[in-house]
Amino acid sequence: MAEMMAAGEKPEILFWVGCAGSYDERAQRITRAFAKILTHVGIKFAVLGTEESCTGDPAKRAGNEFLFQMQAMMNIQVLDGYQVKKIVTACPHCFNTLKNEYPQLGGNYEVIHHTQLIQDLITQGKLKAEGGDFKGKKITFHDPCYLGRGNGVYEAPRAALEILDADLVEMKRCKSNGLCCGAGGAQMFKEPEKGKKDINIERMEDVLASKAEIVAVGCPFCMTMMNDGVKNFNKENEIEVLDIAEISARVNGL
Amino acid sequence: MIAQIIFLIIFLAASILFTIQVRKIIRNINLGKDINRSDHTTERWKVMAKVALGQTKMVRRPIAGIMHIFVYLGFIIINLEVLEIIIDGLFGTHRIFSFLGSFYNFLIGSFEILALLVLVGVIVFLARRLILGLKRFSGVEMKAWPKADALYILIIEVLLMSAFLTMNAADYKLQLAGYGHYILAGSFPISQFLTGLLPNSPEALEWIERACWWFHIVGILAFLNYLPISKHFHIILAFPNTWYSNLHKKGKFTNMETVTNEVKAMLDPSFTPPPADAIGRFGAKDVQDLNWVQLMNAYTCTECGRCTDVCPANQTGKLLSPRKIMMDTRDRLEEVGNHKAKNGKDDDDGKSLLDDYISREEIWACTTCNACTEACPVNIDPLSIIVDLRRYAVMEESNVAGSLNAMFSNVENNGAPWKYSPADRLNWATKD
Repeated sequence: MAEMMAAGEKPEILFWVGCAGSYDERAQRITRAFAKILTHVGIKFAVLGTEESCTGDPAKRAGNEFLFQMQAMMNIQVLDGYQVKKIVTACPHCFNTLKNEYPQLGGNYEVIHHTQLIQDLITQGKLKAEGGDFKGKKITFHDPCYLGRGNGVYEAPRAALEILDADLVEMKRCKSNGLCCGAGGAQMFKEPEKGKKDINIERMEDVLASKAEIVAVGCPFCMTMMNDGVKNFNKENEIEVLDIAEISARVNGL
Repeated sequence: MIAQIIFLIIFLAASILFTIQVRKIIRNINLGKDINRSDHTTERWKVMAKVALGQTKMVRRPIAGIMHIFVYLGFIIINLEVLEIIIDGLFGTHRIFSFLGSFYNFLIGSFEILALLVLVGVIVFLARRLILGLKRFSGVEMKAWPKADALYILIIEVLLMSAFLTMNAADYKLQLAGYGHYILAGSFPISQFLTGLLPNSPEALEWIERACWWFHIVGILAFLNYLPISKHFHIILAFPNTWYSNLHKKGKFTNMETVTNEVKAMLDPSFTPPPADAIGRFGAKDVQDLNWVQLMNAYTCTECGRCTDVCPANQTGKLLSPRKIMMDTRDRLEEVGNHKAKNGKDDDDGKSLLDDYISREEIWACTTCNACTEACPVNIDPLSIIVDLRRYAVMEESNVAGSLNAMFSNVENNGAPWKYSPADRLNWATKD
């Protein structure tokens, strides 16, 4: 972003990468896939890079409102400094926080989730959608809580999958009734309370019951949880967990 | 005449007692903090019409939903009949509205059909609790009283509907016999099949008709006064509760204004925060720290358990149950309300919602996934209470798991929940 501004250029959109997309090795692949899509369709985008900081989501969900608002105010200063108007992010937690919780603190941006942008690009014909090696494969979509129930976005990610010519199956708990992967509410950063099993194992049982070969996700934390679930059942060779961005990138040969 | 006086006394006593009980509940709800939920009135009416009146969230589970609609419609519509019963009771008349002629016949006929549907619904509900033993009707919070409460309600409904139909059957039989003041009025699509079970003597029939009439109306008045101490109060509070429900996206949590002022003052020394009125706590330790909508939620909860049934934490064996959060809030609120009534409003009983009712283990098991709020048929929000309790634990006590504290300090120091350097934020771009 700083470089673009220095060169006197203005990006169409800011790609908010988020902590997982920046640091987590598996999620970095989602970031790269999505960046390739943006480049491929010729959208002029920027990232904040080292100037990006946590949105404050995990702090807020864990009850640390101070820390959340500190982060929010600092981020708003940076975003406003670059006159950012539109933000896209591949993380539903960043998406929800930026979109719903920043405006009251003075940060007003148009915020979209990357699956919404991918859906638009497909509708506009800028992204090819059909087939490739997904043709005929059984794919199921795991709804991220903060995209689905949290913000009512159920169709955009499915739209990106429906046109693949794949066999799209729904798990018994899906859409507004979808089961959480177990990472939300700051659970990602702590040990679970004691119980009879972990939530991602319960969710993986839904996946197994759907007989899907590919679990499509739209959240880097769901990605981690689902991958751990796959490993737990020793299904690494049968079930692949992929983000919608990775699927779209692959179909487009990126 | 004596009957009229007795009726008047019972009716007045029931009304007064009900008013006293409701005022106590309003007093308790008003112990909560203020929150403005009177904006966007048009949208609020729509939500109420859809969710409470239209039962749209109930029918997501079709069997329970349809049976509930039977009972709900029966309750609302048959209560029109109560108006007639009250007038008859006060003035010693019999079927005062019968002058409506064929419309009256239509009304009584529909009441009978509804009464039968209510019976079907209630019997299915009883079977689900007693024979099928659905999982969501048990659980740690479903102790003796909540379980008994549910059965009492269902049994009372069976009795009231049976009395209503028996009364009509006896009345109909007397009408056919042209006995006394029993003029031909009403139509009896259901109770006509019960006439065979009744004796033929007009005196006995009149006795049965009167006994059922009294049982029906006294039963209704008694039931009215049972509502405020029961989970069944939802039949009233469902309406305001949906009207005042959260209209924002579920993912949006409230931003605490008191915190905003402090943060602004920290970042900008020239900012003068507006004078804070009575320094409250951050977050909630006890029921008075919650807002009145959250407290009304607690009184609205009818303990159906749909929230707990979809809670990922509960489903995987954790202690957390959103229904218990609501029941605990109500129980604690009753305790606080009674204590204050007895010992003055500033007296503290030394107990609190957090720890004495809801444990730390419960609040930290929540994934904030909103499955509970989505599932609630009357838009109750257990999640907001959980978050307020967390806010207290974090901001007032700093009493959280070490791993979460580590996450906080990482966010604060490196701008990420993990211990990575901000300088490495762009590393994703250099790998492949």
